[in-house]
Amino acid sequence: MSASVETVKSVEAATGGEYKYGFYTDIESELAPKGLNKDIVRFISAKKEEPKWLLDWRLKAFQLWLNSAAEEPGWANVRYAPIDYQDAYYYAAPKKGETPKSLDEVDPVLLETYEKLGIPLKEQELLAGVAVDAVFDSVSVATTFKGKLGELGIVFCPISEAVKTHPELVQKYLGSVVPAADNFYATLNSAVFSDGSFVYIPKGVRCPMELSTYFRINAAETGQFERTLIIADVGAHVSYLEGCTAPMRSEHQLHAAVVELVALDDAEIKYSTVQNWYPGDKEGRGGIYNFVTKRGACRGRNSKISWTQVETGSAITWKYPSVILQGDHSTGEFYSVAITNNYQQADTGTKMIHIGRNTSSTIISKGISAGHGQQTYRGLVRVLGKADNARNYTRCDSLLIGEKCGGHTVPYIEAKNRTAKIEHEATTSKISDDQLFYCRQRGLSDEDAVSLIVNGFCKEVLQKLPMEFAVEAQKLLGISLEGAVG
Amino acid sequence: MLEIRDLHTVVDGKPILRGVNLKIVAGEVHAVMGPNGSGKSTLAYVLAGREGYQADRGEVLYDGKMLLELTPEERARAGLFLAFQYPVEIPGVANATFLRTAVNAARSARGEEELSAMAFLKEARTKLKQLRMDESFLNRQVNVGFSGGEKKRNEIFQMAMLEPRLAVLDETDSGLDIDALKIVADGINRLRGAGRAMLVITHYQRLLDYTVPDRVHVLAEGRIVRSGGKELAIELEKKGYAEFSSAA
Repeated sequence: MSASVETVKSVEAATGGEYKYGFYTDIESELAPKGLNKDIVRFISAKKEEPKWLLDWRLKAFQLWLNSAAEEPGWANVRYAPIDYQDAYYYAAPKKGETPKSLDEVDPVLLETYEKLGIPLKEQELLAGVAVDAVFDSVSVATTFKGKLGELGIVFCPISEAVKTHPELVQKYLGSVVPAADNFYATLNSAVFSDGSFVYIPKGVRCPMELSTYFRINAAETGQFERTLIIADVGAHVSYLEGCTAPMRSEHQLHAAVVELVALDDAEIKYSTVQNWYPGDKEGRGGIYNFVTKRGACRGRNSKISWTQVETGSAITWKYPSVILQGDHSTGEFYSVAITNNYQQADTGTKMIHIGRNTSSTIISKGISAGHGQQTYRGLVRVLGKADNARNYTRCDSLLIGEKCGGHTVPYIEAKNRTAKIEHEATTSKISDDQLFYCRQRGLSDEDAVSLIVNGFCKEVLQKLPMEFAVEAQKLLGISLEGAVG
Repeated sequence: MLEIRDLHTVVDGKPILRGVNLKIVAGEVHAVMGPNGSGKSTLAYVLAGREGYQADRGEVLYDGKMLLELTPEERARAGLFLAFQYPVEIPGVANATFLRTAVNAARSARGEEELSAMAFLKEARTKLKQLRMDESFLNRQVNVGFSGGEKKRNEIFQMAMLEPRLAVLDETDSGLDIDALKIVADGINRLRGAGRAMLVITHYQRLLDYTVPDRVHVLAEGRIVRSGGKELAIELEKKGYAEFSSAA
């Protein structure tokens, strides 16, 4: 067997092997009727007992979406059959009477699901110091640590709850970073978003723990449209973690989330994602369409927003976490690792929009393609006329494993201020036979060798992740250990 | 411990090894010397199991096992270590991580418990100190940005940590200044002992001043053409390999 074939095999084992999170929880779901129309939008809004302003906001978005039907993005370097938006459910909630007040009231079957995912809420509550807002399909099931955070004035709750408890904040900031008319998927999300997390960190408060949300799609043929809004007030700091999984299904499932971040003066938001949605099987059947709009606004002077993502899942990824650098001296960062294996496709990158003076941005993207995987880095660095002394450093590295995969880089750079300094570096490499032999001569199996080399390739990004996520991400990169031997 | 019988190897269509016979008993250090292109490195690769360096004829017994039937990692876990002539860079991977993975792969294969990070670190620091090497070796990326001498010393450090049963050193002495050479020789001498065997491939007699071999073999044009004691190395240093190159 040639080394490259072996490499391909071990990476298949690492990324493609068996999807570990492909179990299905047998809970009766409450579904809205299939399809999308004004009544469904009203149904969702009514289910959530929303105020009129929000229903109106949704309806307006729905109208925009109808009008923009021709504007479904076609420019990304991904291929898929047209999506029938009328052939899906837009609302699914685990059936249960009252909203649980504490973990003890949460359906034990749900808690078991989380345990299979490796996030035992109870244990976390006691040990890990991570507050988790778990979104199971569309409704937030349990939110931990609320009390402790409350003492500091931190709000961390499902956005549906925030609409009731903090309407002024939600109304002020919802859609202020990603407007309803932003793009086809964001517009759709604005009309039908089900739930998601809301975070508000008050002035001068440094959130004492990592906030975490675990998203999971459970019911068949449901799209998941989370909406997350995080606001860091003047001088506030917060680190937010998002993990995603979905069970195995033969149909494709749409996931069109919107995440909005707002950082005021001297505020800092660090947003980390480990995305492990079901990628489809080895022939490319099934899997999640992950069409997500994530954007942060550095509104304040000296503010900072940092995106870190590890993307190993989804059949198709369309995602560009971006930062609008509005405040003077603000900083935007994007650190990304993406793996595409089998027939996975990813078109991902970032946008850094420099508006304020002395703004800086850093982009580090690591793409790994194996099997028939196709991956495109698409990035935009835009420096507007008044953005004196803007700085950007971009590095895009691609690692190819095997002969049938592809890595593409599409950087856009627009500078309208002559003081701008923009650097772009890109490399494409393969795992060499020399490296593999060296590792194996030291006793490492093929899979361990590939996993080690890939982890080394991604190191700069992985070390940006909070500790507990870094370990999970490393494991994800080389799930190798399962079924790899023999 | 190691017995090579009538080993033939063709690389890229060219016969390189043409009937090598060699026997090493546990506790001995053997030197293999010879001119460029005589097949020294090929011998090392065949023993370690590098792809493209298969035996076409002959067999190799290692501790009673048919060595050539094992995968490279199985050989490594069974205690065979190759110090590379050109150590390979692995960007982003810390030397300590690399080495701990290697040490634990061998331990697991032997049914032993894996070393904890702390225990490993303690062991590594002790070994580095013995080899008069800087602790920063642990945090640096595997061979990335290392000078030639540092790469070779890193191989010796890895060998010290892995404590192999059979070490094959492929021109580990080439390109070293005298201080580095002493460190390499010292590393070899420390590992010399009853349970271990070493095969030191070298071009020059220089290293053998510091680590005295039990046997010296001359490899020329794919065969061992002469064997002797340490005095053979001294003789070669004076006369060169001309005699052997023309002989075949």
